[in-house]
Amino acid sequence: MESVIQSIRSSRAYSCLECGKCTASCPIARFNGAFSPRRVVAEAIERGGGEHLLADELLWECLTCGICELRCPTDVHFGALVRSLRAAAVERGFAGHPSHGGVLQSLMRMMTSPTLKQDRMWWVTEDLEVESRGEILYFVGCLPYFDDLFAPDLNLRSTDIARSTVQLLNAAGIKPVVDSNERCCGHDLLWTGDVENFRRLAEHNVAAIRETGATVVVTACAECAKTLRDVYPEWVGPLGFEVKHLSSLIVEHASSFRFKENTGKVTFQDPCRLSRHMGEVAAPRQAMGLVPGLELVEMLHSGVNAVCCGTSAWTNCGQTSRSIQAERLQEAGSTGAATLVTACPKCQIHFRCALSDGRADAENNMNIQDLSVLLASCL
Amino acid sequence: MARKKSPAGGKKKKEEFVPRIVVFACNWCSYAGADSAGVNRIQYSPHFRVIRTMCSGRVHPGFVLRAFEMGADGVLVSGCHIGDCHYIFGNERAVENYEKMKALVRTLGLEEGRIGLEWVSAAEGPRWGQVIDEFVERVRRLGPSPVGR
Repeated sequence: MESVIQSIRSSRAYSCLECGKCTASCPIARFNGAFSPRRVVAEAIERGGGEHLLADELLWECLTCGICELRCPTDVHFGALVRSLRAAAVERGFAGHPSHGGVLQSLMRMMTSPTLKQDRMWWVTEDLEVESRGEILYFVGCLPYFDDLFAPDLNLRSTDIARSTVQLLNAAGIKPVVDSNERCCGHDLLWTGDVENFRRLAEHNVAAIRETGATVVVTACAECAKTLRDVYPEWVGPLGFEVKHLSSLIVEHASSFRFKENTGKVTFQDPCRLSRHMGEVAAPRQAMGLVPGLELVEMLHSGVNAVCCGTSAWTNCGQTSRSIQAERLQEAGSTGAATLVTACPKCQIHFRCALSDGRADAENNMNIQDLSVLLASCL
Repeated sequence: MARKKSPAGGKKKKEEFVPRIVVFACNWCSYAGADSAGVNRIQYSPHFRVIRTMCSGRVHPGFVLRAFEMGADGVLVSGCHIGDCHYIFGNERAVENYEKMKALVRTLGLEEGRIGLEWVSAAEGPRWGQVIDEFVERVRRLGPSPVGR
């Protein structure tokens, strides 16, 4: 309980004015009136994060997307509060409802086993140039697992993101390290309160990356980027390497790319980890700007104001998530763009899933593509 | 579920590996088949734990991975023969799920032989014994799961 009180303090919950801007801007509260960030903060202060709050199922509804923190006039870190309340809840045996039968949580926890020898390099085709040691490492994340799990139902090959990323790096004259000993970054375990296993994954990954001699780690996943760059140092100390999202690396190497013309019209879904958590709003747009002819039309809510894709950390996916996704897809469709581009593999999975369940009408039935796949198709 | 450690001192030089196996059996065919094996006094390997599900189609890949996470060395899913499903097409779902499982288990670096999908009807007591014996033997030869901590 000490840790909860500590985190109520450090998340600045005491400075809450109860203005309710958080609840007014929360995408969950918009469709599920029972959930209110303001109420969670109020109860946390009132009861000191007691059993009642920890046992509340609504604790698992939060997307930790960070829009409430952006709106908060007194800078209450709601995401950090939820994170620590969840960790305390897990300690007491409470948990959210994992989606997909808990398969992804099981995968992440199994990856903490030091004796595991994964066979995760099968996506590396012959045309890709990768190394086992070198300066720049490409952190693939869970893409091969997403392929295994989602390719049959969603007709989506997540490893296309990995192949496209290596193609882009190769085009910039970089032969990235791809490490078969890499594990899941642990983002979802951290945000669903399994901090012990998150620590194991963090320690393993940092040691594995150091072993390759890499000084720069690049990833095409917004969550991996956020976790490696901002969260790992808090848990395992200074990393000794720099972490970048692919879009920033492409902008840095802008002069080495000669993209073919693409006269398509696209709109961009800012992943919450990339935009609000990391503040990387410009880089993906600049990267798309390198493609001659490509027209980017912004949605009503874009950049740091973007709406989340509806589910986070493979937990509590349901009616509320669907409603968020349907509305967001409508917003994307109303821009007139044919393609919704995103920079997080999970946004893509969630939107594809929303489109595949028969809700899609002509207006919002659009192509969904990862930034890396779009750029690599213009090489 | 903590893995049992071998007796202190390790006086027995070569203790035979006894695999831990989880079997998901559907209520309508395979579980009844296991009953039938018992009624018929079929002698077969005791090294498995049965979990009864209403249908083999209910066994999500998540259940199988959870079993591995908790220390299983092998997981077998068993249902009605194709065409005999109590819910018409549940076992066809089981085949789809099994394909995903196979892919996940391969990427994780576990041997494919650690998972199995079999059809055993309520009348096939002897076949149940045979299926279990074969699976236990297959996993025994593969040795302990690399996921064990």
